[in-house]
Amino acid sequence: MSFLPKLPIANGIELAVDWMEDHLGPLFGAISEVIETIVNFFSNIFLFPHPLIFIAIIGVLAYFIGKWKLSLFTIIGFLLIDNLGYWQETMSTLGLVITSGLISILLGIPIGIACAYSKTTNRIIAPLLDFMQTMPAFVYLLPAVTFFSLGVVPGVIASVIFAIPPTIRLTHLGIKQVSGELTEASDAFGSTSWQKLIKVELPLAMPTMMAGVNQTIMLSLSMVVIASMIGAQGIGATVYRAVTQLKIGQGFEAGLAVVVLAIVLDRFTQNLFKSNKRSV
Amino acid sequence: MQQEILRVNQISKLFGPGAEQGVNLLEQGYSKERLAKEKNLTVGVNRVSLEIREGEIFVIMGLSGSGKSTLVRMLNRLIEPTGGEVLFHGRDLRKMSKSELREVRRKSISMVFQKFALFPHRTVLENVEYGLEVQRVAKSERRSQALSSLELVGLKGWEDRYPDQLSGGMQQRVGLARALANDPEILLMDEAFSALDPLIRRDMQDELVELQDKMKKTIVFITHDLDEALRIGDRIALMKDGELIQIGTPEEMLTQPADRYVERFIEDVDLSKVLTASRVMRRPETVTLDRGPRVALELMRERGISNLFVIDRAKRLLGVITAEDASQILKSGGGLQDILITDGPCVSPDTLLNELFEVTSSARVPLAVVDDQQRLLGVIVRGAVLGALAGEVNSKKEVGEHELLA
Repeated sequence: MSFLPKLPIANGIELAVDWMEDHLGPLFGAISEVIETIVNFFSNIFLFPHPLIFIAIIGVLAYFIGKWKLSLFTIIGFLLIDNLGYWQETMSTLGLVITSGLISILLGIPIGIACAYSKTTNRIIAPLLDFMQTMPAFVYLLPAVTFFSLGVVPGVIASVIFAIPPTIRLTHLGIKQVSGELTEASDAFGSTSWQKLIKVELPLAMPTMMAGVNQTIMLSLSMVVIASMIGAQGIGATVYRAVTQLKIGQGFEAGLAVVVLAIVLDRFTQNLFKSNKRSV
Repeated sequence: MQQEILRVNQISKLFGPGAEQGVNLLEQGYSKERLAKEKNLTVGVNRVSLEIREGEIFVIMGLSGSGKSTLVRMLNRLIEPTGGEVLFHGRDLRKMSKSELREVRRKSISMVFQKFALFPHRTVLENVEYGLEVQRVAKSERRSQALSSLELVGLKGWEDRYPDQLSGGMQQRVGLARALANDPEILLMDEAFSALDPLIRRDMQDELVELQDKMKKTIVFITHDLDEALRIGDRIALMKDGELIQIGTPEEMLTQPADRYVERFIEDVDLSKVLTASRVMRRPETVTLDRGPRVALELMRERGISNLFVIDRAKRLLGVITAEDASQILKSGGGLQDILITDGPCVSPDTLLNELFEVTSSARVPLAVVDDQQRLLGVIVRGAVLGALAGEVNSKKEVGEHELLA
């Protein structure tokens, strides 16, 4: 291949990023503001009550969602986090995860529906998703920092890019899986496309979609540690600091807090659907 | 003659690239094989025309791949026809806008599906309500309509169950109730009973006919089962390879098959389930009550038979006498009324042959066929029933074959 000069991909990307920075600055500023507000809103809510009160509330919620087992685990786990002294960090992480999860769902479900309805859309989106999932996550961080500077916002953006594919894919899959007979029946009784979507396809796709949402939330949590490299506060930053300073014990403690949060989030999102909806 | 409600003119469905053009080629006489080879087009339905009359059960029958399911889906445009017209009360469905078509589907043409196609996340009642719900009928009204529809199919009290808690037969009743809930003019039933056990299928067939009697809906029924077609169909259309082969009443199909294919199709038919008493009855020998036993005996001797039906002046059946009794009474003195057997078996002309077996085998006198005013129409002897089953009714076919030999 030596007769070909090296393709200037890197240069091209940098040029594009520069251009976007110059011309889309105000847009990025607005997005940044909105995301920051949302993250702060959640973090403030979680940090507003005394930790014990918050744990009690979450414990009761856990009881309704997953009976006493989940409730017990949640209470013990969160007490442990409080006891270790990572309460503040964990709550800001939770705020970050919930924000990026929410954005992923709000964007991902409509995109997934669009993919299910239009082959062209799917043909464009599918390779994009592959790209997003396989490109090393660190690579997103740089442009995110370029556009949104350091802090929590590029963390959320990177998390969304990294975590949105399962929601899109499984929404698409869930709708595709609805049996042709049922959509045909829906058509035969004179439903509009919207009625068919709302009354038949989405309810039947719901279990599959929820699996995607669950995956999305897990992935955004796993992105949290990486995001701390660009200044996103939270438990990830603690882990990152401990690792760079070779503090093994502290790193393990903070890691434990991430694990507890992960398990609670996973069980919550998994059971949320099962408990209040009849399984299909 | 009932009025026509739905007419299909030269309707075709082709699959593949440039299907529209393929219809023209078909009209120019291209064969399906040639279309498949040269244009890469598959013909699903090939220029079918038929008309469906108000209040009839019209059966479209054919083996799998004959295009019958495609045809029925073109009647409500679930499948878009490639060419031809579908006229519902004279209006072409193909020229309707999306919203006009929705209106027809909501109010006038309902469908029942082979695998029921009930919504698993909705209760029985919510399933039945579906068609009304998408029309935005007020909740209380659609509830009461759905409940009465469920009652109609005998599922009162099951409205809060989910479909998977019901047996197959009950699920299809829900499907039927759902289709009936918006009080449509036409019911399209796509192999509606094929997924059911044979016994349940029979019950459903009977109930469907009964329902249709009561509600006077027009029903287009798709089936691959000839017995089913013959049982419920007022008229039958037989399809093969996307083409219409023959349309006729069940009896016409059996007695005047259009070609070898129809003949082969009906070869294995259990004739006893199709042919009726009127088909095999013979002219009865009768005597009126005021004749004496001597006259009766003389008549029997003349005809070489051992019993006689006794009728009044209006041809109403009074009973039957046997030669044995008549000769006894001749010795002891008396009238025919003394030996009249009044509890002999009688059947209506619509009775099916398989129901006749039992009656003929247990009776000691021949079977009388009477109309609803007790007028004697004919007589059935055991031999005639067996003869009919052996294929004597297919006289046309036999003639045809003799001609071939000669």
